[in-house]
Amino acid sequence: MSARRWSLTLGVVLVALFALVPLAGWHVPWVLPGTVNVVNATGTLEVLALCFIFGGVALGYDVLFGYTGLLSLGPVTFFGTGVYVFDIALTRWGWSLAAALAVTLVVTLLLALVLGAIALRVGGIAFAMVTLAFAQAFYYLVEDNPHNLTGGDTGLALASNRLPAVLSGAVSNTRSLYWLALVYLVLVGVVVRVVLNSATGRVLVAVRENEQRVEVLGLRPFGFKLAAFTLSSLIAAGGGIVYILLIGTAVPSAVASITLTLSILVMVVLGGPGSAWGPVAGAFVYVYLQQYLLKVAAEPSFASLPAVARVPLSQPQFLLGALFVLFVLFVPGGFAGAVARARARRQSRRPAAPISRGET
Amino acid sequence: MTVLADLTFSAVALSAVYFLAASGLSLIYGLMDVLNFAHGLFMTLGAYAAWDLTTHLTSTLSAPLNFAVGVLAAIVAGAVVAGLTELWLIRPLYGRPISQILVTIGLDLAAVGLLLGGFGSNSLSMPVPLWLFEATHWGSLSLPNADFVALIAGVVVLVGLEWFLRRTRYGIIIRAGVENRDMVRALGVDVGRAFTLVFILGGAMAGLAGLLNSVVFNGDLVSPLQGDGLLIFAFIVVVIGGLGSIRGSAVAALLVGVVQDFSNYYLGSHPGMAEIGNLSVVLLLALVLEWRPRGLFGGTL
Repeated sequence: MSARRWSLTLGVVLVALFALVPLAGWHVPWVLPGTVNVVNATGTLEVLALCFIFGGVALGYDVLFGYTGLLSLGPVTFFGTGVYVFDIALTRWGWSLAAALAVTLVVTLLLALVLGAIALRVGGIAFAMVTLAFAQAFYYLVEDNPHNLTGGDTGLALASNRLPAVLSGAVSNTRSLYWLALVYLVLVGVVVRVVLNSATGRVLVAVRENEQRVEVLGLRPFGFKLAAFTLSSLIAAGGGIVYILLIGTAVPSAVASITLTLSILVMVVLGGPGSAWGPVAGAFVYVYLQQYLLKVAAEPSFASLPAVARVPLSQPQFLLGALFVLFVLFVPGGFAGAVARARARRQSRRPAAPISRGET
Repeated sequence: MTVLADLTFSAVALSAVYFLAASGLSLIYGLMDVLNFAHGLFMTLGAYAAWDLTTHLTSTLSAPLNFAVGVLAAIVAGAVVAGLTELWLIRPLYGRPISQILVTIGLDLAAVGLLLGGFGSNSLSMPVPLWLFEATHWGSLSLPNADFVALIAGVVVLVGLEWFLRRTRYGIIIRAGVENRDMVRALGVDVGRAFTLVFILGGAMAGLAGLLNSVVFNGDLVSPLQGDGLLIFAFIVVVIGGLGSIRGSAVAALLVGVVQDFSNYYLGSHPGMAEIGNLSVVLLLALVLEWRPRGLFGGTL
């Protein structure tokens, strides 16, 4: 079997296993992130669903960052747009689910095209800064609570009376929301694969490698970059919709702040930008660790540690930031890069194997 | 008329802090292509160093002297942390600009996490001389003394930096490096030392900016996320001014400060427009980029 067939099979098996998790009532000590040590406990399912959501968002972000080579610091703008437009349409305006989905899609699309067109006038670092500025403007706007739409810092709880019964925010629905999040991740995975394997996808990689050359070949990089920006934005907004269905409340600090942008970036870099599965793995590790470390820090035995150890260890942000620094310094290409290097090493040990160029 | 003068003065003071925050960022980017996310951290650490020293170690000194110690502490803390950042984190990643950005993001996340764990997320109050909160009266004008301090610090640093970049050997090396790094290296100059120097300089200015930001605009409060808030505006100033240009940063800082303060004053009191000052700054950025994608002074120092 080719490596590609292998990874496809592995992916299908993993998705099938995760799909069965809500049915598994096993008791497992230590490793679960929730307070109840049962595999299909609500807490565990919620954390895993968050892993799926951010796995999808990270994959979408990587289309822009890893494949097209554009460092955007504004994915949160579109994630937040997904969260808030959907929430406002259902809660404030009392629209139906279909109408709310449609308006979220249209608003995201227009916003991505307009902001993308402005930000893509500059390249490289300036692009990063401009997207950051837009994201910050979005944050201020949401926090400001214009016309009492967003609820400001207090947040906006999702009114579930317009939702189908299986999706409404009741705790017993965590299972269906878990599956919804898994479907979202699979859908994003398929769309991203299809796009990247198409001719457009190859142009995106070419833009990353050498934009001038793409221009010389008679193609306009701007359009391709805008397409990548828009696709990645739509995926982020989709993640936002699933997020608000799962969590039930939109708060600016959680869904619109720069911290979320940096988290997404950390996920992608931990996992390995520009690889098929890296960003998803990075998102899983990041989200899982973040929840798990909080659980560990809440253990009673933890309080007996001396302050020198307790203070840093009780801050997931510190641990994840430090882990991120170590990865940037010592593990280029993240998990995916490490796996590729290990595979190349094993291959080079076999004397008969043909010389391959190996990923770096 | 009085309102206009008062408003202009406070806008200029705000600009001075923006300039202090942005000029180091701009130099670092111009010379090294590093978008330094840890710059916000340098500002925060500067403020915390000043807070720590002035509340604990030197609190018995007279108020003005204690404040002077705080200023010095902020500058030194910013410079030392920035220098170490360059040596330990940026240097091993030369030639990998994206990784350099990422490592500063990680440092910022980790260190702010530590500050949150160590000092809590609540703001701390810094002891400052009461004189700072009084105002100087000129005819019908009353100008806050804290604004004067910010303004003087901004002007002194601008003049000092211009002198350093134009008249000293290392300044000239830095300017040449911004223009063409490889050429400077080819001439046998150790650019690496200039890199460290630029980080130390930028860190010192950032530390000062962090302290002044606390004292002048945050009612002497210090908090773990203050630097990251200021950093966003520093980024905007740098992009508007043109990456790598000190004069550009100065002009852009003025522009941003004035736009923010005036729109806040005249429009911010309307319902639902409390954030209009911040939003109009972003709008300004979009307009400048439409007109000049490389910023006002892009490409020259």
